[in-house]
Amino acid sequence: MVHETLAATNAVVTLDVPLPEIFWGWYVTMNMWAKSIGTGVIFMLFLLLRKNPSEAKGLRLSTAIVAFVFINIFLLFTLADLHQPFRMWHIFVYSHMTSAIAVGSWMASIFLGLLTLLIYLGFKKSEGAYDRVLFWTTILAIPVTLYTAGIMAEATARELWQMPTESVQMLLAATLSGSAVMILIGGSKLSEESQKFFGVILGLSALLAFIIYMSEYIFGAMKAEEVAVILSYVKGDGEYATMFWIGQWVAYILPMVLVALSRASNSASILKLAAILAIVGLWVVKHVWLVIPQLLPLS
Amino acid sequence: MATKGEYMQLGFLVDLHLCMGCKGCEIACKVENEVPLSTWRLRVKYVDVGTFPETKRTFTPLRCNHCENAPCERICPVSALHYLENGIVNIDKERCIGCAGCVMACPYGAIYIDPETQTADKCTYCAHRIASSMMPACVVACPVEANIFGDLSDPKSNISKYIQQHTDVQVRKPEKGTNPHHFYVGASQAHLNPLASRREEGYNLFNNITHLPLGGHH
Repeated sequence: MVHETLAATNAVVTLDVPLPEIFWGWYVTMNMWAKSIGTGVIFMLFLLLRKNPSEAKGLRLSTAIVAFVFINIFLLFTLADLHQPFRMWHIFVYSHMTSAIAVGSWMASIFLGLLTLLIYLGFKKSEGAYDRVLFWTTILAIPVTLYTAGIMAEATARELWQMPTESVQMLLAATLSGSAVMILIGGSKLSEESQKFFGVILGLSALLAFIIYMSEYIFGAMKAEEVAVILSYVKGDGEYATMFWIGQWVAYILPMVLVALSRASNSASILKLAAILAIVGLWVVKHVWLVIPQLLPLS
Repeated sequence: MATKGEYMQLGFLVDLHLCMGCKGCEIACKVENEVPLSTWRLRVKYVDVGTFPETKRTFTPLRCNHCENAPCERICPVSALHYLENGIVNIDKERCIGCAGCVMACPYGAIYIDPETQTADKCTYCAHRIASSMMPACVVACPVEANIFGDLSDPKSNISKYIQQHTDVQVRKPEKGTNPHHFYVGASQAHLNPLASRREEGYNLFNNITHLPLGGHH
């Protein structure tokens, strides 16, 4: 620990011209948020097919379309965030496979191809073929969900992003947003039992993600001073403290409460409100966690 | 010199006892590499230490550390950042897609997006000059020979001798496991650790620095 020496040294930077603070801004937040939805709905459709195949009947095509749209939003913002977007093809020609960016690009592209195939099969009403392709799409959705955590882990300069934690958070973001979207698009096609099932997934995802964020919030600073400095931006009167707590309330705390209320009152409307809040709040949570490590001075 | 069949491992050492913060290296680098306005491949950080009247100013030249285990090389999806055989971490700006992964990975804040080419850029130890058997521009410009450049794999090189003869040789952020090929002699925490000094609004000699637009939303 060195910042304790400040009292003695009174060291002040009087000339430095570091990098502009935020390099990965809200375009990357959009990227992570949309990908969570795109893979999350596939996970949920897969579960629904195992749990209650008859209800999945009317949701095959619509779920594939929703996943396709959100994966394209994810890819669009990924492309837009590049400073040389017209060189995107370099990733496929000069792939450097130690990079989670390169590996992820390949996987996301194949995933998009499988979603296109699912839409075709859903449109043709080839349910057997659809379900076989969905199995492999679901398997691929796991690494597609996780690879952003790999990118964050390879960002050596940003101590807050640790691979084990971010992997779990990526999966929980997918199950949270996926179940929320299924509750919204399922509507009357879902039985009360299935709605409750997705409500439980939504509530548990929110609870686990909230526990992990709070664990980092409380204990993260005890391991490394860089993490302590980064977390100071979301503590007290930190620059992102308000936004952090808005995210935690909207994405996790309120949906948890509303899911419990909806179960107690058998209200589909309350469950839908929980779903909407979770989807909106997830964007805020992701954005804060993306931005704060970039505020740490590196020089 | 390296024996036959081996390659040099080029490294840099800055003797901070000698550096007087003249910024000659910074200017030489700017001119040699045509570094655009508002960006720097090499810059000298000033930190004021102490309480008036017992104060002193420290100077720390900061550049790419040319790590043996470079996070920027690992994360680059197109190998625009790559190792040369002499240990230099070089960049191919024609290949770079401007994803800024390297900017996020470098723990030393040594990589920037060139506002003119919209690609990543950084110090290359003047690889083009070395290919012509010339020293990097900053080494030539330093009036007190505070910059020592040479082959780390050759025990008789100036840099190796300097490392052997001094006990206070340090690298920045050794805990990152990057194995930098860039060393400092005579450094304090205030020189090397960004968290060992405060950054206070209005205390900077350059305030309200204007950065050239980088494109996209950042």
